[in-house]
Amino acid sequence: MTEALLSICNVSKRFGAVTALDDVSLDVGAGEFFALLGPSGCGKTTLMRAVAGFETPDAGRISLAGRDLAGEPPYRRPVNMMFQSYALFPHLDVAGNIGFGLKQQGRSRAEIESRVEELLRIMQMSGLGARKIEQLSGGQKQRVALARALAPGPSLLLLDEPLGALDRQLREDTQFQLKDIQRRLNTSFVIVTHDQDEALALADRIAVMRAGRIEQVGAPAKIYRRPRTRFVAGFVGQTNMIDGVIENGSGDWFVAPFGRISVASCNLAAGAKATLSVRPENIEIMRGDSIGGILGVVDDVAFRGESTLLRVRVNASEPLLVSSTKGENLAKDDVVTLHIAPDAGTLFAEDR
Amino acid sequence: MTGKGSKTRLSPSQRLALAAPYGWIVLFLIAPFVLIAKISLSRPATARPPYEPVFDLTDGFARFLEKLSSLSLDAYRGLANDSIYVDSYLSSLVIAAVATFFTLLLAYPFALALARAPQRVRPMLIGFAVAPFWTSFLIRVYAWIALLKDEGLINHALKALGLIDAPLPMFATSGAVVVGIVYSYLPFMLLPLYASIERQDATLREAAADLGATPWRAFWAVTFPLSREGIIAGSLLVFIPAVGEFVIPDLLGGSDTLMIGRTLWNDFFANRDWPAASAAAIVLLALLSAPLLFYERLRLKEEERR
Amino acid sequence: MKAGARSLAHWSALALGFLFLYGPIVILVVMSFNASRLVAVWGGFSTKWYYALLSDEQMLNAARTSLVAAALSAAFATMNGLLAALALARFGRFKTRTLFFSAIHAPLVLPEVVLGLSLLLCFVALGIDRGLATLVVAHATFTMCFAAVVILAALRECDMTLEEAAMDLGATPAQAFVKITLPLIAPSIASAYLLAFTLSLDDLVIASFATGPGATTLPMRIYSQVRLGVSPEVNAISTLLLGFVALALALSAFAMRGRSRAA
Repeated sequence: MTEALLSICNVSKRFGAVTALDDVSLDVGAGEFFALLGPSGCGKTTLMRAVAGFETPDAGRISLAGRDLAGEPPYRRPVNMMFQSYALFPHLDVAGNIGFGLKQQGRSRAEIESRVEELLRIMQMSGLGARKIEQLSGGQKQRVALARALAPGPSLLLLDEPLGALDRQLREDTQFQLKDIQRRLNTSFVIVTHDQDEALALADRIAVMRAGRIEQVGAPAKIYRRPRTRFVAGFVGQTNMIDGVIENGSGDWFVAPFGRISVASCNLAAGAKATLSVRPENIEIMRGDSIGGILGVVDDVAFRGESTLLRVRVNASEPLLVSSTKGENLAKDDVVTLHIAPDAGTLFAEDR
Repeated sequence: MTGKGSKTRLSPSQRLALAAPYGWIVLFLIAPFVLIAKISLSRPATARPPYEPVFDLTDGFARFLEKLSSLSLDAYRGLANDSIYVDSYLSSLVIAAVATFFTLLLAYPFALALARAPQRVRPMLIGFAVAPFWTSFLIRVYAWIALLKDEGLINHALKALGLIDAPLPMFATSGAVVVGIVYSYLPFMLLPLYASIERQDATLREAAADLGATPWRAFWAVTFPLSREGIIAGSLLVFIPAVGEFVIPDLLGGSDTLMIGRTLWNDFFANRDWPAASAAAIVLLALLSAPLLFYERLRLKEEERR
Repeated sequence: MKAGARSLAHWSALALGFLFLYGPIVILVVMSFNASRLVAVWGGFSTKWYYALLSDEQMLNAARTSLVAAALSAAFATMNGLLAALALARFGRFKTRTLFFSAIHAPLVLPEVVLGLSLLLCFVALGIDRGLATLVVAHATFTMCFAAVVILAALRECDMTLEEAAMDLGATPAQAFVKITLPLIAPSIASAYLLAFTLSLDDLVIASFATGPGATTLPMRIYSQVRLGVSPEVNAISTLLLGFVALALALSAFAMRGRSRAA
């Protein structure tokens, strides 16, 4: 993935007084599974529609394989979209829907038939070409929508909340299928979602968006372990947000209401207010009272199968969430000691 | 909730509520058609009423049988032999079909534009589009006389623009009748078309565009086929009553513009030939029975879907 | 972008459509103020045709007859239409429902000459002399169907759970209907009445069959004048009729707007 396939440069878009996109830039490589992740209203859908050609940016450039897409209507872009509501044509059967884009391309009937067959096979729907749309189940409709968008062979496929309409079991199965298809076809997929589990599971790289801006772009592991902003830390995965003050002595210290934690050196001044974000699984927990740790009392225990989530009251306003794989021996009102390693969390300056 | 096959039983109060409209319909709508059928089997007579036999409740059984045997198909035979009637039927069907086609042609772009108009102005625009329907039918057809006559406004304007020397004979022609029908029945085509187009999912057009269809192609591949129901409903709402139109051919048509509504009217009022008029009405209904049944089935199917 | 051109096409279609619809009407209104009898010649602004109307006894009587017949027949039509719509919407699949349904929808498409003829023959068979009464009955019959369709549409849109809530709180089905649903569909009952009224007011064919001497309607009077050619008096009465209907429509639109804002 040397040169980017999709290049979005400094794109902005306003709807009246609302800024939907604020100077957004990102690149998607060929054959990459990319995710635009963010809460509703963050601009991810607007960005996707701008790439598809249904919105025109007020500023900036969108190019595909080096070609500037400005002014190109949707029907001339080599980009296809899988709609959230699927938007299947009710008056055409399954084969008619899948072959629609091919027909617009002017391919011969034989070509269309064979390509439709191929896609039905990939989607494990062989023989269902003559079915009416209204006779399909939710999962089948989704596969037809996907097949229809893939049939014309786009180099980039946009998927709008692809798993949103499916129930949980179907969702997990479909996740694997989706990734599998993407790898096999080596098409770039860009999914738009508010579901961070979906993004973390599917994407090679994620862009976390908020209020029209990109907060962070990176591989799922990096975004999870090294969030760049408070928002990303809080939005992706669970975390404890501990407010405190930096103290520089011998080594750097973070002074929280419940005690001092040694932190990896940071470039914040002494006395600066900051927030430490620590994931529950990065806090060690031990029974009893030991020196050098944070004293606490177990408030609530939630057994989760492979791990246990504990809520521990410490000398602070908020309890700390701790996830432990050996914590099932603990019960409510047990006295425990917590330990936060210097590199367990990420520090954010106050105004972030 | 009752299943699809079983019929609901009505409660006494429900029966009471239904009695008034039901009774009214049977008495003034359904029963009269039986009457028309009966009179179509009678002969004209100079009497009041101008046909015989007239059944009387005081008749004895013998007299009843006598009258029954005097019923005949003479009136129908008369129709079949009368070229005016045969021509009227054919001409009515043709004119109504042509007019329906042009009404569709004019109404479709209009309905499309209405459906695509910004949401907030749509009710207002529709109100204005339908408002003429609420004004007098007669008056609106009459207005066309002033427009189409030789010394009317259209000819006057064309002459003033130097486009013609002699007036175009537009008035008193079948063409004028078609124009009149199109003008008067436009709302009947417009509303079902609009409803059908407006109901379509907006993302379908986007999907078509995304898959490579230009707006023109997307219209023919997606929007038009999906509006089929509206087209059929609107066409039936125009065609069926247009076949039996009286006012429009009478005011705008010439003496050689034959339409069955007019012929029937003349037979009834001018010639006082009730049996002939009744037979003509029955034959008209028979001719329209196919589209009528189709229309009723459409309505019922629409109901089913709810 | 192409979208702009398409928008232009749409607005042109709308403009042309409205021009076609309202052109003849506007011309009619203008001509009613034309001092000259001739269509193509403008003889100056004049209201003399309106004055001529006021002294036309026959025309005034016809107008009175039409208004009375319209008001009465619309009342019957709306009542019957309401009950019919209620039955179709709420009584489930009762026996002969399909026949009833088809009969209700038939007059919407049947040619008027057929309807008129059938009504006339019915009156003759019943031995009723034709006059204002038969006119009212005839109009009530064919407009009932339009009223029923309008109210039926409104009833279908109605949320049944409101009635269910009322019954849950102790109301009988009839009470629930009268107290809850009826007020909610009142606007469509009003527009059903208005529709039946204007249909009756405008009707020519059915009135000609169904009415008798002494009860000539306005359209019948206009028609007999029109057969003789374009008459400025007819333009005047037409404009008045148009104005009357436009006023009624405007009032009802205003009333509906106020109501929907309150809802």
